[in-house]
Amino acid sequence: MAAQRALNTGLSALGFILAGVLAAAAGQYGPGVSDTEIKIGNTMPYSGPGSGYSSIGKSLTAYFAMINDQGGINGRKINFISRDDSYSPPKTVEQVRKLVEEDQVLLLFQSLGTPTNIAIRGYLNDNKVPQLFVGSGADQWNDPAHYPWTIGWQPSYGTEARIFARYVLKNLPNATIAVLYQNDDFGKDYLKGMRAGLGDKANKMVVATKSYETTDPTVDSQIVALQGSGANVLLTAAIPKFTTLAIRKVYDIGWHPTQFLNSVSTSVGSVMKPAGAEKGVGILSAAYTKDPTDPQWQNTPEYKDWLSWMKKYNTSGNVADAFAVYGYSTAQTLVAVLKACGDNLTRENVMREAVQIHDLKLPMLLPGITISTGADDYAPIKQMKLQKFDGRTWKVFGDIVSGSGG
Amino acid sequence: MMDKSATFIAPETLAGDRYAGLTAGAWQWIAALIAIALVAALPFGLSKYHVFELTMVMIYAIAVLGLNILTGYNGQISLGHGGFFAAGAYTAAILMHRYGVPYWATLPPAALICFVLGVLFGLPALRFEGPYLALVTLAMALATPQLLKYFDTWTGGQQGINLAKPVPPAGLGIDRDRWLYLVVLVALLIAMRVAANMLHGRTGRAFVAIRDHPIAAAAMGINTARYKTLAFGTSTLFTGAAGALAAIVIGYVSPESYSIFLSVSFLVGSAVGGIATIGGAIVGGLFIQFVPNLANDVSDAAPWAIYGLAMLLFMYLMPRGVVGSLGPWINRALQRIMPHQTAFDDGAKE
Repeated sequence: MAAQRALNTGLSALGFILAGVLAAAAGQYGPGVSDTEIKIGNTMPYSGPGSGYSSIGKSLTAYFAMINDQGGINGRKINFISRDDSYSPPKTVEQVRKLVEEDQVLLLFQSLGTPTNIAIRGYLNDNKVPQLFVGSGADQWNDPAHYPWTIGWQPSYGTEARIFARYVLKNLPNATIAVLYQNDDFGKDYLKGMRAGLGDKANKMVVATKSYETTDPTVDSQIVALQGSGANVLLTAAIPKFTTLAIRKVYDIGWHPTQFLNSVSTSVGSVMKPAGAEKGVGILSAAYTKDPTDPQWQNTPEYKDWLSWMKKYNTSGNVADAFAVYGYSTAQTLVAVLKACGDNLTRENVMREAVQIHDLKLPMLLPGITISTGADDYAPIKQMKLQKFDGRTWKVFGDIVSGSGG
Repeated sequence: MMDKSATFIAPETLAGDRYAGLTAGAWQWIAALIAIALVAALPFGLSKYHVFELTMVMIYAIAVLGLNILTGYNGQISLGHGGFFAAGAYTAAILMHRYGVPYWATLPPAALICFVLGVLFGLPALRFEGPYLALVTLAMALATPQLLKYFDTWTGGQQGINLAKPVPPAGLGIDRDRWLYLVVLVALLIAMRVAANMLHGRTGRAFVAIRDHPIAAAAMGINTARYKTLAFGTSTLFTGAAGALAAIVIGYVSPESYSIFLSVSFLVGSAVGGIATIGGAIVGGLFIQFVPNLANDVSDAAPWAIYGLAMLLFMYLMPRGVVGSLGPWINRALQRIMPHQTAFDDGAKE
């Protein structure tokens, strides 16, 4: 009897060990993973009002095609399923449910847009599906206490505004600041970040704020009113069209403040030139990726790698398109996380690896800017470099500035 | 639908017709109950995702039903029903989020507010006919997302409002998706019943008379202004209630959810399903939900070209919509078994 029991115990122990060995050999897999494949889900506005962003989705697909041609990640090919949500939140919910419940993807990656990602955040967190490297610059993706399965990627609008604030405190300690902002969350994130960056000096230094609506024909009256405040620094937190109008008006009324532009509205072709390139000389902004049109990068091996990928895989893309740099870099971040997971490809482990990235360097980020995350730090890129417009192109200068923290 | 055989019916055979011992009316009830039981049982045989899709189909069906009342039966073209859908959605969202009202209790106020909005909108609309009204309502559809962003203290601006997920009653042992499916199914059945009662009665005849010949209708003593405004109000009531249901099921509202394209979808769904039919609304809901996805599966590059092609095919092959065109066939088939009965009674002009 005792022998029988001992035998039983021994056999079950052996069974456990065998099962453990088998599991270790086969790897631990979450949904969507096999020995040969990892399924990744994504939503992107390929149609509708946000379709200008679709070149990001095409870049991601093109990057994973290259990874697969090179043998995949630890022998597993990426099956990247990118669905069109037309930038409509209900459609995003529907497509994401399809990706998670029908396609059984391991995780959601780089879904694009602020409202679209808010719409799916609750669902993904409830079901413990990683929502990795969200394609939006809103401040709210860094909220691990409430949404531990959601993480952003790019520097948030608030981060950028804090970087401007730090520059002002250091170089223009006696500045008086005027802010022109778009009257929505995007503009308000900048205003809030600026005040936070200035700290207890905010009330003294920020002397005037004016907002505009995207339906306004001009921002002339706002600019005149801001000039009237006597400020010598102007932060313009606006989309490209209104940035152009603001630069022109500031120049035309003979106001000469130190100007800061938010990084989404710095395109030479669509903002600076239409405003009149000479009117923008000396304007400051911030950047974190290499501008593909900047000649200083074009002889580096990093740029050449990017270009050969563009030519071979991203053939529909435009080599002057900063979104192709963005897509390339975010895809590289995901690949780094998946490589770090090894054969333990569960949702829990992917999330664990996504929040313990240390100083990851990517070829198309500005030299010195790295990606770091932590259990209470869900903002992968917090550093930027300031850049100045010289009448022809943007020139990065100075040290890397961090915009993290309050 | 006037059938020739109807003219030969002797009065006594109408009420007394019995088939296998039961009257036609009883058979209709039995058929309806079986159909409802099947539809109610459907979610238990499907995956949660498909249940969610069908829930959205029924919500769109209620919205299209609302538009059918206005455009199909009363002849007023609206390209702005997405705006009323949004109004219903935001009413529900604000009540739930700000005032902690339970989700089911937001439906009556959302419907009521949209009724009032519809009547208010219908009053100036009396001055506009046909394409002019379409233009005015188009303007409203265009303005909706911007208005929602403008009143951001209430609407949450660009970021919209996140809603807590409704909890199914404890003890039933069903999950949230299947519970919401049943809730929406009940709403759809009520909506169809109310619409049928209204449209097959005096009010419906007045609507159709105004659509077909407003001057003659007025000469018959129909208060055209009153009925047109009423048509607008009831139409937006249905669409607004659908909007509230959509907000509850999706769990999130934001300005981007209610673009001009939503309004256009409703009109498309209405035309494809059968513009002056009640059953057509369900076909319309199916079209709105599934055809864009199917188009996307057929071609990544040009989904809207495929969508347009599907629309053209439907309109060429079934110019009166699916139910408008197939309904008479089904009726004829039904009349072989049960003379004098019709399943699809529509208000379309013969």
